[in-house]
Amino acid sequence: MAGAVTTVTELSAEQRPKHLNESRAVRITLITIALLFVGLVVVLPMITVIAQAFRKGWEAYVSAISEPDALSALRLTLLTALIAVPLNTLFGAAAAWAITKFRFRGKNLLITLIDLPFAVSPVISGLVYILLFGAQGLLGPWLIDHGYKIVFATPGIILATMFVTFPFVARELIPLMETQGTQDEEAAVSLGAKGWRIFFKVTLPNIKWGLLYGIILCNARAMGEFGAVSVVSGHIRGETNTLPLHIEILYNEYQYTASFAVASLLMLLAIVTLVVKGLIEGRLVRSRHKE
Amino acid sequence: MATIRNRRQVLPGFRFTLGFTVLYLSLIVLIPLAGLVVKTAGLTLPQFWDTVTSARVLASYRVSLLTAFFAALVNVVFGLLVAWVLVRYRFPGKKIVDGLIDLPFALPTAVAGIALTAIYAPNGWIGSLLEPLGIKVAYTPLGISVALVFIGLPFVVRTVQPVLQELEKDTEEAAVLLGAYRWRTFRKVLLPELVPPLLTGFALAFSRGIGEYGSVVFISGNMPMKTEITPLLIITKLEQYEYSQATAIALVLLLISFALLLLINSLQRWTNRRLRSA
Repeated sequence: MAGAVTTVTELSAEQRPKHLNESRAVRITLITIALLFVGLVVVLPMITVIAQAFRKGWEAYVSAISEPDALSALRLTLLTALIAVPLNTLFGAAAAWAITKFRFRGKNLLITLIDLPFAVSPVISGLVYILLFGAQGLLGPWLIDHGYKIVFATPGIILATMFVTFPFVARELIPLMETQGTQDEEAAVSLGAKGWRIFFKVTLPNIKWGLLYGIILCNARAMGEFGAVSVVSGHIRGETNTLPLHIEILYNEYQYTASFAVASLLMLLAIVTLVVKGLIEGRLVRSRHKE
Repeated sequence: MATIRNRRQVLPGFRFTLGFTVLYLSLIVLIPLAGLVVKTAGLTLPQFWDTVTSARVLASYRVSLLTAFFAALVNVVFGLLVAWVLVRYRFPGKKIVDGLIDLPFALPTAVAGIALTAIYAPNGWIGSLLEPLGIKVAYTPLGISVALVFIGLPFVVRTVQPVLQELEKDTEEAAVLLGAYRWRTFRKVLLPELVPPLLTGFALAFSRGIGEYGSVVFISGNMPMKTEITPLLIITKLEQYEYSQATAIALVLLLISFALLLLINSLQRWTNRRLRSA
């Protein structure tokens, strides 16, 4: 029985014994419906972005993405990702090390708390910083007295982005490092290696693909976050606008072509993210099986 | 037990990494969230209750919950179909389709929002086809659901896919040997195994749908009482400087999300147990 099961496992749909497969007509119908659905839900919006962005031609497109407000939005988006992503990566690596290499009480609670930002509405992720640092907030009066500005300014945008992208790297590393166990690191210790050296020479090579996977997903969300950033930004053109907020402003001003032109940049980022993700996935499967 | 603990303590860095983890988690997530609760505590109970049960707020819960529920339902049906086709059949471009499923995770929500609005607006590609039939999508609750179907699709597909892959052969082989017909095999053998991941996928998509903002605000039209979702109402209150009202509504939304998170966690444990025993 076990033998038969393994053989079937390795057969693809075409070669699978007849009694284990749907008839050709059923297969073709199901594939067609699935493809139509994916086409309607996922592909059509992508085509729309491109079509709308180039509706007034190449020159309108170029001028939309190179006007000063768009460039300053791009700069702020890059700056935000440049700060939020490395910090969350550092956190993810530290959290995964503590959680997977040691036993301690409250581990499951800690894992749940790390996942928390995924469950929270982006709007609330922004709101909490207004309540802390806003003029009417808990720390607001103190900040105003000392001349610091956090919300409706760049620091607030970075904080809100850090909140929404918080779990990405940790989430990817924890299950990966869990399956890899601690033998490699213990061997390194017994050979006399010390702290950072163990991490960089032994652990890092094992987790590099998982780490990269987490980082690119974290980065895509950091550059594309809208709701949380929208709450804390204050929408000051050329100052506190990120690319997604710039899209909204253009759209609300009925500058549709310009709005879609900027949107096409973010769509390009999404496509690059998916391609890199696809390339990493194959290697990731192999590193998961490494034990 | 004790020996394992001692052996594990051989590795360095426990205090440093755990300390950093807890500190960073507290600063970025826990303290800000606690601030929300503290701020709400500034309201008296009747004030809080009046805020979160006023007609406009109640209408926003209804819009958010119903549209998210409907979208998650659509995703369960079509997500299962897409996962099924991706796991079991071979067709040209399968790898690309599989990769595209993750687009809603990677595409900024604002981009999805304006693209979907352009498609379903009365003069859009699909909107103009539906207009003569009397079906309005953009600026109606249906439009909100369309956006949430986009956002929720990968949650269902990616939860069902691995389970289907595991199940694919062994249980089914056994059923066929027992002489069951295909539809019967699906209903009696596969479907019960797929219930936990389908429920998990549903809950994930539903939970994300309730909190979703970016993809919805463009297509919803944002009419109070009709197409105003709860996250938008929070922002509206903030813009009117009604901080305590915004906070009270946010707390209700947060509690719903936490309840769903607990549900999802137990559903996921259920799925994993099934997977291991299969």
